[in-house]
Amino acid sequence: MPSLVVVKKGMFRDSITLMKLSKQISEQKNVKQAAIVMATSLNKRYLEDIGFRDDDLKKAGPNDLVIAAEAISEESLNAALQEVERLLSTQAAIEAKESRPSTLEDALEIMPDANLVVISVPGEFAKREAMKALKRGLNVFLFSSNVSIEEEIELKKFAWERQLLVMGPDCGTAFINNVVLGFGNVVNRGEVGIVSASGTGLQQVSTLIHNAGFGVSHAIGTGSNDLAEKVGGLMMKRGIQLLEEDEETRVVALISKPPSASIARKILKIAESSSKPTVINFLGAKFESKGKKWYGTSTLEDAAEAVCAILRNKKPRSIIFTKSKEEVTSTASSEFTHFSDNQKYIRGIFSGGTLCYEAMIVLSPLLGAIHSNVSIETKMKLENVNKSVEHTFIDMGSEEFTVGRAHPMIDFTLTKMRILQETRDPEVAVILIDIVLGYGAHSDPADEIIPVIIKAKSLAKESGRYLSFVASVVGTEKDPQNAIEQCIRLQKAGVIVMPSNAQAARMAALIATRNKIIKQLFKEKLR
Amino acid sequence: MTKKTLLEEKLKVINMGIETFASALKNQGVSVIIVDWKPPAGGDKEMLKLLEKLGV
Repeated sequence: MPSLVVVKKGMFRDSITLMKLSKQISEQKNVKQAAIVMATSLNKRYLEDIGFRDDDLKKAGPNDLVIAAEAISEESLNAALQEVERLLSTQAAIEAKESRPSTLEDALEIMPDANLVVISVPGEFAKREAMKALKRGLNVFLFSSNVSIEEEIELKKFAWERQLLVMGPDCGTAFINNVVLGFGNVVNRGEVGIVSASGTGLQQVSTLIHNAGFGVSHAIGTGSNDLAEKVGGLMMKRGIQLLEEDEETRVVALISKPPSASIARKILKIAESSSKPTVINFLGAKFESKGKKWYGTSTLEDAAEAVCAILRNKKPRSIIFTKSKEEVTSTASSEFTHFSDNQKYIRGIFSGGTLCYEAMIVLSPLLGAIHSNVSIETKMKLENVNKSVEHTFIDMGSEEFTVGRAHPMIDFTLTKMRILQETRDPEVAVILIDIVLGYGAHSDPADEIIPVIIKAKSLAKESGRYLSFVASVVGTEKDPQNAIEQCIRLQKAGVIVMPSNAQAARMAALIATRNKIIKQLFKEKLR
Repeated sequence: MTKKTLLEEKLKVINMGIETFASALKNQGVSVIIVDWKPPAGGDKEMLKLLEKLGV
């Protein structure tokens, strides 16, 4: 079948624009497949994997745009190429017509009272733009990743001295004054203030608070490295200060992966002296909170539950399952009863890094260590991220899957390929996934993922197996995708949908172990 | 009088990079200016270092 690869030297378009363009062209009549991407090494490998091999492609670099297409005839191929050229130039024409400013300085002339700059340019250029904004007295939401820790420290120290916020680098979401920034969910306005070093952690906690009938005043993202020793938790400290001064906030929740010990002590000291009750979730880190003014929790769901309990004047409790032991074991039985004898492993395919991490924290005591590209233990780190072994949980949002590609919450291409890859392994019993909704995320994840789930289930059936799918949906009914509708559609496709990531992980383990871990699970609750 | 913090102000945003973020903000009724960002110095790292030195 005829194919072509065209390299446009020095042409730049952002990854989401290119993803949409690729989709548009792929859906054209007579086009078998098409991909329009920046030529990063990840994208070049992806193009090679799907069959595009070309000398110009090999030579192309991350600042070059590549058009790759395969069609049933030369004629259709040329038509597709012309369409790409037309769409690329149309976009350029729209931009020119809007006479957009090309620098921050020019933008400030149009909007002199701007107070926030949202930056999502490639990491190597991000610090430069962020520093320019800070020097102009503007707060920064820095979505870009691949910014060095030295650059992060420089930005945050500069901001700290001027009482400004730098949310990021690598900050996925924030909720300020009822406005969602980056990837974030539409939640009720309320009395809970959140500071989080984890984007999906923030999303999970805020949506669970919303779903329990409460709301969020502000949620400040800090970026994932903020609580590292060198960065010193500067933006978490600034966030706590801001929430302390904020009249609307009654309870504060602090969320992060485990910080360095000295930074954790500093943060706990601040929480102890706060005038507002504080709930802390440093995933995987245990702190004795008895007799303290703050309350430590072990999962994101427990953090949300604790915040709601405080607002209800009740004692916080830990959640294993929302449903009864009988109900969950019966759900698990209805799945594993169809397994063939050697099906025993869980493959977790996550778009949320913290959700992947939390699932490993929840299940490691029950299943033993879990292999991963973002493993807690060095010895469990996958040798080859493209090949799973035993229980493996993959963070598809990690750098090796995202350089020059849109995040897996938007672009499901690699996630779908991974699901089908795991399906071929006869020892796989359960595929565990997260579906993250909200602004910034894909407009209809169910529409992307359901056909692949159906295909995977039918492939397993053809080989005499049954494949179980367990998911959690991070979202609310107010999100543009409507969480309730998404859940119903997934359930109709045969997916077991659980109310939180932690519960989904436990359900996956119940199914994979054929309910063998039930005693251990509920003992955990009694402890 | 001390300067108002971001939490006390109505957001007015300048967006640089992924356009979806700007559209999402517009959908929420936030004023946004989109910067037509391109890699400075055409992405040439050496040239970029020189520009930084010059404070451009």
